[in-house]
Amino acid sequence: MGQTVSTPSRHAPLVRDFLEQSADRLPEKTALVCDGKRLTYREVDRMADQVAQALISLGVKRGDRVAILLQNSVETVSGIFGIVKAGAVFVVINPTTKRDKLIYILANCRATALLVDGRTDLTGLAGETDLLVPSLRGCILCGATPTMPTGGTVRCLSFQTILEQFPATRPARENIDLDLACLIYTSGTTGDPKGVMSDHSNVVFATSSIIEYLGNTESDVIINVLPLSFDYGLYQLLMTFKFGGTLVLERSFAYPAVILKRIEQERVTGFPGVPTLYALLLPMDLSAFDLSSLRYLTNTAAALPVSHIEALRKKFPRVTMFSMYGLTETKRTLYLPPAELDRRPGSVGVPIPGTEAWLEDEAGQKLGPGESGELVVRGRHVMRGYWEAPDLTAKRYRPDRVTGDRLCYTNDLFRTDEQGFFYFVGRKDDIIKSRGEKVAPKEVESTIYGIASVREVAVIGIADPVLGQAIKAFVVTSDSSLTEKAVLAHCRAHLEDYMVPKLVEFCAELPKTPTGKIKKTDLT
Amino acid sequence: MSDSKSDIRNFIVETFLFGQAKDLTDETSFLEQGIIDSTGVLELVAHLEKTYGIKVKDEELIPDNLDSINAIAGFLAKKQA
Repeated sequence: MGQTVSTPSRHAPLVRDFLEQSADRLPEKTALVCDGKRLTYREVDRMADQVAQALISLGVKRGDRVAILLQNSVETVSGIFGIVKAGAVFVVINPTTKRDKLIYILANCRATALLVDGRTDLTGLAGETDLLVPSLRGCILCGATPTMPTGGTVRCLSFQTILEQFPATRPARENIDLDLACLIYTSGTTGDPKGVMSDHSNVVFATSSIIEYLGNTESDVIINVLPLSFDYGLYQLLMTFKFGGTLVLERSFAYPAVILKRIEQERVTGFPGVPTLYALLLPMDLSAFDLSSLRYLTNTAAALPVSHIEALRKKFPRVTMFSMYGLTETKRTLYLPPAELDRRPGSVGVPIPGTEAWLEDEAGQKLGPGESGELVVRGRHVMRGYWEAPDLTAKRYRPDRVTGDRLCYTNDLFRTDEQGFFYFVGRKDDIIKSRGEKVAPKEVESTIYGIASVREVAVIGIADPVLGQAIKAFVVTSDSSLTEKAVLAHCRAHLEDYMVPKLVEFCAELPKTPTGKIKKTDLT
Repeated sequence: MSDSKSDIRNFIVETFLFGQAKDLTDETSFLEQGIIDSTGVLELVAHLEKTYGIKVKDEELIPDNLDSINAIAGFLAKKQA
């Protein structure tokens, strides 16, 4: 990207505007409730400016990638906005990501800086051994009393030092809206994670479109329990700051009663969930909580069973329910207008405002009502492709034959009804959706192959009322003393929590096709 | 109480840490250390209900009662009193 030769005279909107415009308009309004703190828009904006100044002092330049490996926290929020204010690209990584994969991602995107918990083992990344990610120039260590690595060339700053020593000055505006805003790493069929590139215009468009159909206003208070590494969670932050509402940011849904209490205390109006969370809520007695402030619930990541939708509507009779569908590659794609829910509870709706979508068969012919085909998406929310992976990008993102528009081929099969509403049919590949997050069987299989005695392994998803799909591994081993526990311990040491199988079954052999490939359709 | 503590520790180590007890102290926060997630909490509650013959109410599903070995031991003592 190099130096900016000319500064655009008219600014196209950028992600930093979400925070800065709300801070200018509503400086004293509560923007963020998190970690027992309440921060105003002015306070969050100042913190983000300080983070930006610190990043610039660490050598971060326009277009550089800066990664965040943190739980949902004030530091994560100010980090995300500090990074875009510095003109850089943020990469939020799931905090349960293990070391090998973290290093893979940092090296893959050639991260210049990393925001990380002060208790994380930084061997090989900072200090005297800082050789594993050569692009890394700085680390920001968060938390109470971080251990500061010594020696090496990677400069380390504590978050506390940044708040004490760096000026809250807004950095100059260098980006145009075609610059990248973020990379979101997602699982792929190949097993290696890949970074979906979003430019500022993609993010600005997608947030506006979603805000439009949810009808968000400044009076909305949104509670987010999903990790900010997950685009569904991240967009709660981006959207709330854009419309000037209040975000209640939690670390997890492990204790539903705590979240319900928080909804009551903060008078929350919007609750974004995934099927796993709703499955936990359904059997609960909610009468102990005053949830009268709730205006809407949203669901995405996997379809809610129609029976759950009906049960939820009984439990929350005055709350509007939005069924939605999307993939990181286009952010959100479809939503069901709530008025349609009674008529078509099994549908995930129509394209989000300002976009279109249709179905194609294998030959690229558009399909009509009743026929099943691949969902193809057109609009300014279609992201820029995968970071430095032209082959994968070319498969997923293809130009329209006439106009050259970038279309997204989703790999998901749908059908439509006579009125043009979409119904999810299945996936074209074998990606598992567990707890609302994508899991590539190949990534889990490669990990299990890391156990010396494992000869063959096949990983599938099986229906699970709470997880959506549970991960099950079939293992052929030459060591009869290998236990399920040992396999799971190995997975837990190498994979994010949501990728660890729930079940392991040992078999003498796996079913094969005539050409010798493992036949997963015969496994249950 | 020490009996329940060692039982709880065993359960946590076996179920969530797959036998590797590394840094688990009686004070370790399961949430902060990423030891237990939402489905894990349900498994933990099922274990407590079965082993100790108690009934955990929805509103008792809070970190103060369940987020460390000490917290669980204290909660059990209260429930069984």
